[in-house]
Amino acid sequence: MSETLTSERMNGRTSEKKTRRKLQHRYLRLRRNMIIIMVLVTIVPLTLMLLINAFQYQSKIKSERIEPMRAIVNKSTHSFELFLEERISAIRFLASSYTFKQLSEQKILNQVYHDLRDTFGGYVDLGLINSKGIQVSYAGPYELLNKDYSEQQWFQEVQVRGTYISDVFMGYRKFPHIALAAQHLKPDGTFWVLRATMDTKKFDNLIAAMGLSPISDAFIINPNGILQTESQFYGDVLEECRLSVPRGGAGTHVTEKTDPNGREVFQISSNFLKHDYTLVTVIPREIILKSWHSLRQEMILIFIISFVAILMVIFWVTTQLVKRIQDADERREAAFRNLEYTQKLSSIGRLAAGVAHEINNPLSIINEKAGLLKDLVEHDRYQDKDKLLKMTASINQSVNRCKSITQRLLGFARQIGVHYEMLDVNEVLKETIGFLKKEAISKNIHTRYELDEELSKISSDRGQLQQVFLNIINNAFAAVEKGGEVALKTREVDAYTIAASISDNGTGMTNETLKQIFEPFFTTNKQYGTGLGLSITYGIVKKLGGDIKVQSKLGEGSTFTIYLPKKQAGEQNE
Amino acid sequence: MNKVKVLLVDDEEEFVSALAERLDIRGIEAHVATDGEQALEMIENDTFPVIVLDVIMPGISGLEVMQRINAKQIDTVVILLTGHGSTKEGLEGMRMGAFDYLMKPLDIDELISKMHEAIESKNS
Repeated sequence: MSETLTSERMNGRTSEKKTRRKLQHRYLRLRRNMIIIMVLVTIVPLTLMLLINAFQYQSKIKSERIEPMRAIVNKSTHSFELFLEERISAIRFLASSYTFKQLSEQKILNQVYHDLRDTFGGYVDLGLINSKGIQVSYAGPYELLNKDYSEQQWFQEVQVRGTYISDVFMGYRKFPHIALAAQHLKPDGTFWVLRATMDTKKFDNLIAAMGLSPISDAFIINPNGILQTESQFYGDVLEECRLSVPRGGAGTHVTEKTDPNGREVFQISSNFLKHDYTLVTVIPREIILKSWHSLRQEMILIFIISFVAILMVIFWVTTQLVKRIQDADERREAAFRNLEYTQKLSSIGRLAAGVAHEINNPLSIINEKAGLLKDLVEHDRYQDKDKLLKMTASINQSVNRCKSITQRLLGFARQIGVHYEMLDVNEVLKETIGFLKKEAISKNIHTRYELDEELSKISSDRGQLQQVFLNIINNAFAAVEKGGEVALKTREVDAYTIAASISDNGTGMTNETLKQIFEPFFTTNKQYGTGLGLSITYGIVKKLGGDIKVQSKLGEGSTFTIYLPKKQAGEQNE
Repeated sequence: MNKVKVLLVDDEEEFVSALAERLDIRGIEAHVATDGEQALEMIENDTFPVIVLDVIMPGISGLEVMQRINAKQIDTVVILLTGHGSTKEGLEGMRMGAFDYLMKPLDIDELISKMHEAIESKNS
C-alpha cells in the first residue's frame, strides 16, 4: 500500500517536472517569436530607409559635385577649341594677306614669322609649300627647304579641308609640338599652303587653368588613345594612355570606373567638335564623395546606435511581457485550482445534505422501531414473538440501507489525488444518481436508463467522474419542471472511446447561453449558482483525457455528452 | 380532557406505523397516511387537530399538502418533519404557516409536547 503510494507520488513529481519544462519551453518560444516579429517590424523598415536615403544622398551629392566638374571640362574643351581656332585663323590670315611671291622671299617670311611669334607666342617655325608639296621657303630652326610633302597625308587633307592641325609630335628641343597648316586657294585653281609648328605649352596652361586638385588629372588624347599632353598618372606625352577612354559622341560623358592604378575614379571626357581630340578629366571618387563619406559615417553611426537601442528595448520589453504573461498564467492557474477546490467543497456540501436526508430516513425507522421495542418492554406487551422479529428485521434492513449510503460516500471521499482504476461507467452513473434520489423524488423527476450493458470498463478516476456526473445531473434536475424526465445513456463510440450522455426535457438553452456555459462564473441560476460547476467539470473531463459536447434547444431540453478514453494517455496497451 | 387525535403523513411506511403504535401506547389516537393524496383524502373525511407532515415525499409533497390545507381553510395545526433543520423546505413550510418543524430522527417526547403546544396555541 505505502509502496504504491510513494511510486504514485514519484510519477506525479516527474510528470509535473515534464509539464513545467514544457511550459518553460513554450514561454521561451513565445519570447523568441515576439523578438523576431518586433525586430522584423522595426529593423527592416529602418534598414530600408537607411539604404534608400543613402542611395538618394549619394546620387544627389554625386550629381551636385559632378555637375560643376562637367561644366569646367566643357569650358576647357571650348577654350582649347578657341585656342586652336585662333592659331589656325592666324595662319590662314597670313596665307591670304600675302602673295605666294611675297612669302617665297626668305626675308619677308622671316619678318612674318617674327611678327607671328611676338604676337601669339609658342610658334617654332613657318614654311611655305607650293601646290606640288615642295617647301618653297622656310623660317625656323630646321633644314627643311625643298622638302617634298606631296606624299604626306596632311598635305592631302589640307587640300580637302583648307586647314589642318596635326597630332602632337616631339619636335625641336624635345618639346611636344603640333603642326598647323592653311591652304590659300586662288580663283584660277592654283594654291599654296602655309605651315607652322608650335609648342604645346599653352595646352598645359589651359589644363592648369581648370584648377584641379593635385590628385586629379586632366589630359588630351587623340582617337588612337595617344596622350597629347602629359598625364600625371596614365603616361607621358605621346605614350599610349593607360586609361581606356571610350569615344562617345558630342558633349561630355561621365563614367565611374577603377583606373589601372586601382583607384576608384570618375572620368569626365569631352570630344572636341572640330578636331579629333578628347579632353579627359579624372577625379578620384574620394574627392567627389568626400562630404558623402562623412555623412555616410554619421548615418551608419546613428543606425548602429538606434539598432542597438531598439534591440535592447525589444529584449527588455519582451522579457517583461513574457514574465507578465507567465505570472498571469500562474496566477490564473492558482485561482483555477482554488476554484476547483471551492467547487469540490460545495459539491461535497451538496452531497452531505443529500446524504443526511438519505441516512435520516433509515435512522428514523431504527429510532422508532427501537423506541417501540422499549415501549413494549416497559408496558409488558412483548408476547407477540413474530412482531418482535419483524421489528428487528426492519432495524437490520435500515442499518443495511445506511451502510450502502456510507459505502457510496466513501467512493466520493477517495477524491483526493487522481487515482486511476478500471471502472464500470454504468455503475458510477447509477451510484451518483443515488445521491440525488431525494431531489428526484421531491421534484418528482422520472429517470430513464438506456445503459449499454456490454460497455467496456475504462481506466479512470472514480471520484472525479462522480463529480462530473453529479454536476451535470444536478443541472439537468435544475432544468426540468416537476414531473420532468432525465435520461442517462451510455454507449461505445469506437475502440478507444466510450460516451455517457445525460439528457433532460427541461428549459433548454439559447445559442448565446450555449456559447458561455463552460466559462467560469457564468450562471443562469442567480440565486444558488456559483457559475463554477460546468467550468470545473470541463476541466476535470479534459484532465481525464475526455471531452464534453452539448446540444440544446430552447424549450425542448439539453443533452450533455461526455466522451471518455478507455485507456489513459501513456498507459501501456495490455 | 378528550383524546388527542393526530394524522401522521410520511412515505416511509415502517417509520409511520411504528410511530403510530408508540403514540397509541401513549394514549394518542394516531392515523397514518403514506402519501399526500391519501392524507388529503383523510383530511376531507375526518378532522385532525394536529397533522405531522413529512416535507419530502414522492408525488404530492408535504408543502403541497400544506397549500391545499390552507386553501381549504381546514382548522388544523401542522408540524413538519424534515431531514435536517436548515433545508429551505422547512423554512418555506414555516412561512406557509406550519406551527413548527422537527428533525428526523424524532424524539417522541419532544413530538408529544410540540403537539400539546400546538393544540393549546390553537385553542387560545
